[in-house]
Amino acid sequence: MKDSIIKVIRFIGFGFLEPLIRLISGEETKKNTKETFNKIGAPILSIFAFLLLWNIGANSLYNSLADSKIEKAREVGGDAEAERIKNIIISAKDKLDGQFIISDDIEDLKKLSEANIHAVALKNDKGTYDINYGLSSDEKKEVPVTLPSPKQTKNAFYTLWVDYKIVRADKKAFKEKTAKLNEQRVADGKNAIVYTGRPSFVDQVVTSLKTVFAGFLLALLIAVPIGIITGLSPTLRTSVNWIIQIFKPVSPVVWLLLVTMIVTTLLRNSEGDSSFIISFISVGLCSMWATLVNTAMGVASVDTDYINVAKVLKLGNFQKIFKVILPASLPLIFTGLRITLSVAWMVLIAIELLAQSPGLGSFVWEEFQNGANDSNAKIIVAMFIIGLIGFALDRIMLFIQNLISFEKETI
Amino acid sequence: MAILELKNIYKTYSPDKEYKGEILDNINLTIEEGEFVAIVGFSGSGKTTLVNLINGLLKPTEGEVLFKGEKVEDTSHERGVIFQNYSLLPWLSVFSNIEMAAKEAFPKESKEEVATKVKNFVEMVGLTHAINKFPKELSGGMRQRVSVARALVMDPEMIIMDEPLGALDALTRGNLQDEILRIWETNKRTALLITNDVDEAVYMADRIIPLKPGPNATLGPEFKVNIERPRDKTTLNDNDEYKKTRNEIIAYLMDLGEEQAATTSDVVYELPDIQPRDYRW
Repeated sequence: MKDSIIKVIRFIGFGFLEPLIRLISGEETKKNTKETFNKIGAPILSIFAFLLLWNIGANSLYNSLADSKIEKAREVGGDAEAERIKNIIISAKDKLDGQFIISDDIEDLKKLSEANIHAVALKNDKGTYDINYGLSSDEKKEVPVTLPSPKQTKNAFYTLWVDYKIVRADKKAFKEKTAKLNEQRVADGKNAIVYTGRPSFVDQVVTSLKTVFAGFLLALLIAVPIGIITGLSPTLRTSVNWIIQIFKPVSPVVWLLLVTMIVTTLLRNSEGDSSFIISFISVGLCSMWATLVNTAMGVASVDTDYINVAKVLKLGNFQKIFKVILPASLPLIFTGLRITLSVAWMVLIAIELLAQSPGLGSFVWEEFQNGANDSNAKIIVAMFIIGLIGFALDRIMLFIQNLISFEKETI
Repeated sequence: MAILELKNIYKTYSPDKEYKGEILDNINLTIEEGEFVAIVGFSGSGKTTLVNLINGLLKPTEGEVLFKGEKVEDTSHERGVIFQNYSLLPWLSVFSNIEMAAKEAFPKESKEEVATKVKNFVEMVGLTHAINKFPKELSGGMRQRVSVARALVMDPEMIIMDEPLGALDALTRGNLQDEILRIWETNKRTALLITNDVDEAVYMADRIIPLKPGPNATLGPEFKVNIERPRDKTTLNDNDEYKKTRNEIIAYLMDLGEEQAATTSDVVYELPDIQPRDYRW
């Protein structure tokens, strides 16, 4: 039982839990305690150290901005004004770092007047939430906006989460309302009415994932076959080498412009939104080079022993490629694909931002332009979500690689 | 009738260079059908090059290799090869490794017929319990057995073994020697064994030919092994004929070694002008 659990968690890439499981089952207590600390305790400690440093840094930035605001107030309105601003900023800081209450009890609204409450999200009779913020209008006006502290970021995360629930309920209501009408419209041969309201953060994440997968698939479909062909033929390899060398270092932004030129020309007569097409093609083109180079290298450097076996057994070309060369180069192809996926996810944000295509990139940009009190905190939330999703994508690729490749990788 | 003939083989890897890299020179060899011939030589004397010339992976620079009277231009299912380092495909199970060879050799047979054939050969090398395992789960001896089964499943007329037991420990080695002999005796195929172990050669072969060390390696005089089969390992050490043949061959090889050391000590080698191959584009 224990061994099969360990096997499973190793397989899905959670091998760091292994010593903990062994420790719980009372196996080699001393060794496993040490291992548990190394694999679980130490990373958790480093997370706390990171949060602490972040908190110190954010607070000192906040205070330095606050000080200059107070000084400015002193110049304009004298000591009394400076004192007023100082009090506002201090109470605002408490509220920014305060608690975020999600509740369905109207009594909780009264807590807003307390010192350390950031916001109260109150469930309303429509089944969604109304968010009431603790900051007064004066505080909103005077609060220094800089790098948010971890607590502010946490509150921004809650805000986004509640907002997601609100948008979801809104969508559901819209769907119910238009269900009949849409049936009618479809029967009449017209297009159904679709929800055009504001997308939630989760919607943005989903859109970004769709874009990155479309781009990744495009990269895979272009790079793997071309990589195999060029890997097999030295002539082709040298003949396409210059293309790869020149286009590989080109910046994502330039790819985006290039793709925009081509796609807008091709789709000049269609009415739909071409920004999705532009962004996924750009993502694919930016990220495919790692796979292309790795595939070609993998195919070109298959162990001569395996090639000799293929020759001695007189395998046909098809058999030779699919039974010998491809399996032998799979580890390198997958290394390429993993790099491609992480590059795709990395350039995606920049490309979405520039292409005005919906997704995390435009979310970040809109928040930056927005400049509200919690905009910076929302950007930091997006940053962490982007990082976590990138990490998860890499793990998924590793999982797939371990499923189909003969060499097991654990990194 | 001679099944394999090597006529005036000369092989060099870089004919245009001043340093010619001659591996083999003036190789003449005739192997009769059903014979078990062993070629013994020092490591680095060009044994593997000679094997690759015979199985068709390489072509001689001059001279010709004749198999059943026809010139060898390419590899063929008629010559089964057992490689020194097993060369099993690690992503295929024991069954699939052998099946791949069987399918290629008998493309007209149905899947079931091929499967039965594969199973028979796996049984012959005693690996039925491991038929679904992957090469990395097997010991060195077991891997070499799979390699033997893979070569034999194609029903070759000649088995070429390139130091097949070189990487194995002494006990496994002895076992596999017996097994290869048993298989050879039941099927009476022609066998060519390349080895650096004189004892192994004397135990297994009818005829032993030393390969003089390269560059310009060539074959020495042959030694016939007049010991009746089946040979018994346990009493072989007391057999006078065995001792005589073995000592003759060892003395010959030792002389060669000294001669070689004497002639090459003053030679200044110019290194070939080669570059490492760069796969990084």
